[in-house]
Amino acid sequence: MTARRPDGLTAVLLAALLTVWPSGRRIAAQDTSTIDRGVRIGIIYRPGVRPGLVMLPRTGMGLDSVRAIVARDLDYGDRFEVITLPGGDSIRLATSSTAPRGTSTRRSGSGTAATGGAQAGTLNYPLYQALGADFALDITAAGDTTVATLHDIAAAGIRRAVRAKLPRPGDPDFRQAVHRLADQAVQAALGTPGIAATRILFVKDGKVYQIDQDGADQKLVSSTDRQAMSPAWGADGRHFAYMEFQAGKGWLYLQEMATGKRTAVSTTGSALDFTPAFSHDGQTLAFSRATEEGTDLYTINVKNNCCLRRLTVGRFSDNLSPTFSPDGQRMAFVSTRPGLPQIYVMAADGTDQQLFAPFDYGVTGSSNAPEWSPDGQSVAFHRDVAGTLQVFVLDVRTRTVRQLTSVGRNEDPTWAPDSRHLAFVSDRSGYRQLWIIDLDTGRIRPLLQQSGARLPAWSPRLSEAPSTTP
Amino acid sequence: MKSVSLLLALGLSAAVITAASCGGNPAPQNPTPNADSAAAAERARQDSINAAQADAERQAAAERERVENQRRADSLAALARSSEEVRATLAAMIHFDLDKSNIRSDDMGALDRKVAILQANPELRIRIGGHCDERGSDEYNLALGNRRAQSAKQYLVSHGIDASRIETQSWGEERPLVDGHDENAWSQNRRDEFEVISGGDNLRRS
Repeated sequence: MTARRPDGLTAVLLAALLTVWPSGRRIAAQDTSTIDRGVRIGIIYRPGVRPGLVMLPRTGMGLDSVRAIVARDLDYGDRFEVITLPGGDSIRLATSSTAPRGTSTRRSGSGTAATGGAQAGTLNYPLYQALGADFALDITAAGDTTVATLHDIAAAGIRRAVRAKLPRPGDPDFRQAVHRLADQAVQAALGTPGIAATRILFVKDGKVYQIDQDGADQKLVSSTDRQAMSPAWGADGRHFAYMEFQAGKGWLYLQEMATGKRTAVSTTGSALDFTPAFSHDGQTLAFSRATEEGTDLYTINVKNNCCLRRLTVGRFSDNLSPTFSPDGQRMAFVSTRPGLPQIYVMAADGTDQQLFAPFDYGVTGSSNAPEWSPDGQSVAFHRDVAGTLQVFVLDVRTRTVRQLTSVGRNEDPTWAPDSRHLAFVSDRSGYRQLWIIDLDTGRIRPLLQQSGARLPAWSPRLSEAPSTTP
Repeated sequence: MKSVSLLLALGLSAAVITAASCGGNPAPQNPTPNADSAAAAERARQDSINAAQADAERQAAAERERVENQRRADSLAALARSSEEVRATLAAMIHFDLDKSNIRSDDMGALDRKVAILQANPELRIRIGGHCDERGSDEYNLALGNRRAQSAKQYLVSHGIDASRIETQSWGEERPLVDGHDENAWSQNRRDEFEVISGGDNLRRS
């Protein structure tokens, strides 16, 4: 754990790096932008905004894809300033102990390689501190086990080593296993897990697809040719509900993610049922039902497939798009009772209905598609602003709203399990596709470069059978 | 034929009269009317008249039937033609203003014509499908499309059509009539469509 290298050597290495550093940057600049790209070191990085994290590069260990996936997960998680080390030379200098064969041999000889923590002692903490890093993540292999070692730079030691037996690259479970490893690294560093092991369901051309949060592994999941809408995750991430047009009605279906097996919700088929939403205990499915009387909210117990219950009686107004608070006590929804659709809230049994997101009568446009954040503090929705839609967030406690987007048309926000990222539909690039925004930093990235994707639903954290040991 | 039978009848009566007058040639006595022969002559005369009348009636009936058949054929063709017109009138779409579900005054005539057709064809059942343009929220549009279908149904029901003959459904913005992202396309896509469920053969106009 402690640095065994003589202080003199450290000083020499640091000096060597500093001398090489400017030339490294110059070469990079002369070369192409590929090396220089993404470099945020020292003055570019604003210390204190986000902790800096450096991914330790290693060559020849066959974990390049793992390292690349994890690095991207950490970047997309927006919790770290991910520091990319430029140029191979400076890296070797920076992590001198990993390169020379002599060091490696000595480490093996000491018998600590099996624990995966041996290289800890050789890490040059002052150097990384100088680079603005608070954490360093080292991914290595020990036999068939992949070890992610998180170094705490300031404390000059290992915070935690996470081990996982990863499937082979190419295995359908490989990427998710790597994502879970990344999430554990985030957990080790910050005490809260990342959102790497999550997926997003969306609708395109009337079919439901899934895609990993990093844009990989897009896959068709709806199992019929009928037109589908409004996918919604079950809280365990193992199944989802969606609506399907069938013989002039709207049917609600439940489908298992793993098997694709689907079953119709028992009371469906008599009317136009749509916008299903699960309670967080998985017991209750709330949905909208359009009949001759208009559209109203209902719930059904999906565990026992019973107990249809009507929550609203709109008569001359419509009530739709329910979303449960995480504690299951309340439900936000859309109501047209003020003339235009606006965001309302009620107790989960349908009592105590009241306006939720404030609006100026005659001024504020239609508000739709609410989704309650997993931490319970916010409700995201979209609102018509000057003829186009923008994403808003309602603060549940203060009941104030703030507008998140302003470029193009932005709609149907859905929360990541960390309650700080939202996926939404935007045409800011010229056509409608899915984007992800980080509410803390304002950073926005496209999720997939495909036209026509809509109605996204972000999964909870997806766990598999535990494949890691503490 | 008529003249021939008339001649025949006249000739027959003439023969009877001649025979009677030539009966007693040498002594022209007051002719003694032979009751039998007079009755026979009268009977024969009546018979021939009856036969002629029956014949004439048969002729007239045949003619009437021919004309009637012709008329019926003509009207069937006309009915088929008008059934197409009726079908088109029935299917004529109505349109809505942005984010509205009330029937526009310029569409009331179209709905009134549908009322007449529904009244003239009691077996006819229809389905109204409400549609929206792409500008509104995707899921809210399902509720709005439902309102639009219900508006048309309520109009028809309030004009005397049995509610059980009209089904409704909403497609939201999922089935645009026109692809396009301008007001021209949007205004065409904000619509109700009317389709026949059953009883749509040989629709009567009124």
